[in-house]
Amino acid sequence: MPTPHPQLTDEQIDALGRELDELRNRVFSDLGERDAAYIRRVIKTQRGLEIAGRGLLFAGFLPPAWIGGVAALSLSKILDNMEIGHNVMHGQYDWMKDPALDSKRFEWDTACPSDQWRHSHNYMHHTHTNVLGKDRDIGYGILRMSAGQPWRPRDLGNPISATLMAALFQWGIAAHDLEVERIEAGEIAFSDKREMLASIWRKGRRQVLKDYVAFPLLAGPGAPFVLAGNATANLTRNLWSFMIIFCGHFPEGTHEFTEEEAENETRGGWYLRQMLGSANLTGGRLFHILSGNLSHQIEHHLFPDIPAHRYAEIAVEVREMCERYGLPYNSGPLHRQFGSVIEKIVRLALPGGASGEPPPAAAAARGSLCAETT
Amino acid sequence: MPVATATRRFLASPLVDLLVGPHGIDRYLELIRPNLTLREARAEVVGVRRQTDRSVTLTLRPNQAWGGFSAGQFVPVGVEIDGVRRTRTYSPAGSQHGRDGAIELTVTSHADGVVSNHLRSQIAPGSILHLGPARGAFVLPAARPGKLVLISGGSGVTPVLSMVRTLCDEGHAGEITFVHYSRTSADALYRAEVEALAAAHPNLCCAFVATREGGGHVSAGAIAALAGDLDEAHAAVCGPPALIDAVRAIWDAVGAADRVLAETFTPPVPAPAGATATGTLRFLRSDQQAAIGAGTLLEQAEAAGLSPVFGCRMGICHTCTCRKSAGSVRNVLTGQTSAEEDEDIQLCISVPAGDVALEL
Repeated sequence: MPTPHPQLTDEQIDALGRELDELRNRVFSDLGERDAAYIRRVIKTQRGLEIAGRGLLFAGFLPPAWIGGVAALSLSKILDNMEIGHNVMHGQYDWMKDPALDSKRFEWDTACPSDQWRHSHNYMHHTHTNVLGKDRDIGYGILRMSAGQPWRPRDLGNPISATLMAALFQWGIAAHDLEVERIEAGEIAFSDKREMLASIWRKGRRQVLKDYVAFPLLAGPGAPFVLAGNATANLTRNLWSFMIIFCGHFPEGTHEFTEEEAENETRGGWYLRQMLGSANLTGGRLFHILSGNLSHQIEHHLFPDIPAHRYAEIAVEVREMCERYGLPYNSGPLHRQFGSVIEKIVRLALPGGASGEPPPAAAAARGSLCAETT
Repeated sequence: MPVATATRRFLASPLVDLLVGPHGIDRYLELIRPNLTLREARAEVVGVRRQTDRSVTLTLRPNQAWGGFSAGQFVPVGVEIDGVRRTRTYSPAGSQHGRDGAIELTVTSHADGVVSNHLRSQIAPGSILHLGPARGAFVLPAARPGKLVLISGGSGVTPVLSMVRTLCDEGHAGEITFVHYSRTSADALYRAEVEALAAAHPNLCCAFVATREGGGHVSAGAIAALAGDLDEAHAAVCGPPALIDAVRAIWDAVGAADRVLAETFTPPVPAPAGATATGTLRFLRSDQQAAIGAGTLLEQAEAAGLSPVFGCRMGICHTCTCRKSAGSVRNVLTGQTSAEEDEDIQLCISVPAGDVALEL
């Protein structure tokens, strides 16, 4: 059930907001060559892995080449989607004024068209983080990820739906803004989404043609190896990104909010909601890069447009603030955080929530964030 | 060469575009060599020379994506400084028929010119610069005038010199008078080059005037003394506004104001921080304007009846990011002011600091 929010006074929330604004401005004024060199190094690595992976798969009839090719191409797609695509499209490198790193023009190696992603993710999810009824990332309209979401018989299939979603994650992301659950409920018509569907088709078709037709055909008799290799790389990327992203807001201890709680929120209040609603993953430097630094989900939600490789440094200060204000800082290793996500997926397949408590909407205190919910 | 052309054609084909999608071929080629791009115009600096204490002359070798320029036009030139690509426009000084499409830029630096100082002190042969398409209507008529007076002040010499060099390359036979005004003779750019051209071309005569060393400002008498009768003469003038006004007045007096081609340049001056801005907001796409009022640019655009796209309205989602063509704005979160032309700004956290033109 919803974890009770920590009690802070309005003054404390404002002071916290000012401290975080000060931190944000400090980092922004320090951006420069170091950040530009970093993202270009990651891009160069990604392109190198991509070319190596595609090249090795052409020799895919040799098992070591196939395995090496899949590994390189998987890493390339993971880097492209996470540390590069997700972060560039947040505007983290807009200050560089390089058209190749411009959030509005960047396109990534996945089925989801970038403009739809920027709307569903940058705006909807990042503005309304963890607000039940507004943040569609709570289950993507497919899974039941909160006890506050009414139970329907089909939620019995939650674990199976989640597994399918993980395997096909890039298509799940692409379908995000179609709002299938609202079409289902008759709130909007299918025809309202025709244009969006056409755009997904245009982008998705080229992705499919590239990975499953063009590259296999170029390999001639090696086509089956290339096709299987590309499919495996896409699957690996899907499973990895699903795992990382589901660890961002669903592990045990992350807070949910009602629409009333988020209404008339101050800047400090918005910061507080981001801190309470996000969870971090601990790990080494390579792990952080491969997670697109979404392992620093708390810092990312506080400062979504600060270059992500800075989050590790920022985290030291954020953690200290949390201690000072008596706020939780939800952080743990992947196996623990993802374990609690799986537990939640399974638990919410059944009616009700944890420990048989009533859903939050019924008992939520109205108004300010400092009101304790039971 | 045919091999190179065939390779380029193959790399630009729809098949390759599919294989390297969604990033595009340039994002791969540039990793081999930064100026190998097929679609993005870039140039390698091949020559650096300092004519005066305050200027630098760069010779650029553009790649095949570069579309060329007409004498007198200006070119957006981008250079990366501390991770940020800064773009400024410069008028090439060389002939539009330059060998291998070479571009010659002369940049005069000023005290707080971030880009000009960088170009003067940091750029070396081998550096890569980004080029935008050449623009500007300060160009000679396609039917070259029989008699031409070219007048320039200070760093305004470059587009006018480009015209002289282009006409000489074309073997133009008409009479050309070239007059350049600088503060001191040490500041005069290109004197030796123009004098050498004049020596080789009997139809070209030139004069260099140092206004702070006893040389007079532009006058009808001074121009007539060099060019003779102005009845048939066309003028092309580039320099500070006062110079242009004076030249227009001279041609106006002989009833030929329509034969004056002019270009001026005035660097934008950002309003001091904290001051309340006054001025005009221009919304270019909707062809509307409004006086600067209260609130962010997003709020002011909405108040003017426009409906720009927006998301969070708090500076995090970048949905309202919009191209600012000109003018200076202040970021309300960081307090930083920016007066760069053609830059993207977030409307929901920007307030005008003076006249602003937006692509809205």
